[in-house]
Amino acid sequence: MLAEFEILSPANLDEALELVASDATGNVRPLSGGTNLVVDLRAGGEAPTSLVSLCGVAELRYIKIDDGRVSLGAGTTVSDVLKHRDLCTLAPALAEAATVFAGMMVRNTATLAGNLCCGSPAADLMPPLLALGAELQLASKAGQRVLPLDEFYLGFKNNQLQRDELITEISFPIPPKGATNAFYKLARRKGDAITVAGVAVAVEFDGGICSAVRIALGAVAPTVLRAREAENILIGKALSSELIAEAAAQAIEESSPIDDLRASADYRRHCVGVLTKRLLTNALELKSQGNQ
Amino acid sequence: MANEKSITLEINGRRRETTITANQTLLEVLRGLEYFDVKSGCEKGDCGACAVLVDGIAVDSCLTFAATLDDRSITTVSGLGKGEQLHPLQKAFTEMGSIQCGYCTPGLIIAAKSILDENPDPTDDDLRLGLSGNLCRCTGYTRVFDAIQSAAKVMRDGGEQG
Repeated sequence: MLAEFEILSPANLDEALELVASDATGNVRPLSGGTNLVVDLRAGGEAPTSLVSLCGVAELRYIKIDDGRVSLGAGTTVSDVLKHRDLCTLAPALAEAATVFAGMMVRNTATLAGNLCCGSPAADLMPPLLALGAELQLASKAGQRVLPLDEFYLGFKNNQLQRDELITEISFPIPPKGATNAFYKLARRKGDAITVAGVAVAVEFDGGICSAVRIALGAVAPTVLRAREAENILIGKALSSELIAEAAAQAIEESSPIDDLRASADYRRHCVGVLTKRLLTNALELKSQGNQ
Repeated sequence: MANEKSITLEINGRRRETTITANQTLLEVLRGLEYFDVKSGCEKGDCGACAVLVDGIAVDSCLTFAATLDDRSITTVSGLGKGEQLHPLQKAFTEMGSIQCGYCTPGLIIAAKSILDENPDPTDDDLRLGLSGNLCRCTGYTRVFDAIQSAAKVMRDGGEQG
C-alpha cells in the first residue's frame, strides 16, 4: 500500500491550474496516465500530499493539424498518436517512437506531457519532438508562455516547469514537402525496453542542398539534446557520404553517455555514430528517390 | 482512514459500490472485491498480468488509481465469456496449449481482446505490437499467437459470444 495522499479531480483546465497554484508546500503533483508517477510513488521516491488528476480535463486531449502546425494536447496518449494516420504520415519519427514505447497498456494511458515531465533522457518521444522543432505551451493562472522544447530541460530530471504551471500543448511545424524525419531506438527488445541509445533526424532540402537539419540524441547525456555542431556541418551543403560521416563523428563528440546495466558509455558513443549516419543516409536516399 | 471515498464501478456488467482510499490502485480494489483473476505481477507496468479493460481500453490496473474511475466500466478476463460459455479467446487459449503456468494468461487475453476489438484481422506483427506489454516466460508466445489468430477467425466468422 502506498503512503497516503488525496486525489483532486478538476473538471477543466482552469480548475486544475487553480489547484496547482494553491501548492504552498511543493507537495502537489499533477497526475495524468500515472505510468511513471505510480511507479515512483511505489518506490518511495515521491511523497506528495495531493495529486491533481488531469483525467477529467478532456480539453487537453486532442490532435490538430492546421495552419501549418501540428498541435498535440498535453493529455494526448501515446496510443492516440499511433492511431492518428495523418500524424503518423507527417511525423514518422514520432510514430516510430510511439510504436516502440513501453507496452500497449502503458501506451493507452501514458501522455505526451507525462513523458516530457518525467525528464528521463531515455524518454522516447523526446528525440523525435526535438528533431521536429517542437514548442511547448505552458499555462498558469497568471497566463501562458511558449518555450522551445530545446530549452525545457535544465539537467537530469530537471526542467523549466514552475510549480504553478501545467504543460497544455506540444506543437511543431508541419514538415515541408520533401522533408524527411525518422527515429531509431536501440534497445534489447523492440517493446517494453529502456533505450540504450535513440537518435532522431529531420532533414529539409532546397533543391540539392540541405537547408535545415535537426539531429536529436536520447539516452546518451543527462538530457535529450540536439547535436548542433553536427547539424552545422550539414546545413547549406549537398549531402554526401563523406559529409554524413563527418556529422556522425561530431554527434558522438556531443554525446556524453554513462556506463550502466544496459550498455557501456563506449558502446553508446559507437551507436550514436552508427545511428546518426544511418538515419542521414536514409534521408538522402529518400530524397534521391523523390527526385527520380 | 483519511481520504476515504465511495465509488461505483461496473465490474463485468455488475454495479459494485465500494469504499476506497485515494492511494488504492484498481488492482488492489479488484482483488479486494475477490476478482482474483486479475493478477499482481511487477507492479511497474512491465508485465501486463494485471491488465483489465476500462471502458473497453486495456490498462495496467497496477498503475491506475481507482479513485479516478468512479462510474466507469471494468472488464476482467472472467467477464469476457457468457456464464459458463467461454469467449473464443479463452477457448482458443485453453485448447491450443497457450497456457502453461497461467499467471500471464488473464492479462494476455485482455490485451488480445483489445487488439481484436480494434483490428479483427491482425498480422503477427500487429500482435507483437499489441502484446509488447505482456510478459510470458513459459510459452515463447508462439502458441499465444496461434490462439489469438484462431479466435480472431472464429470471431470474424460470427462466433463472438462475449
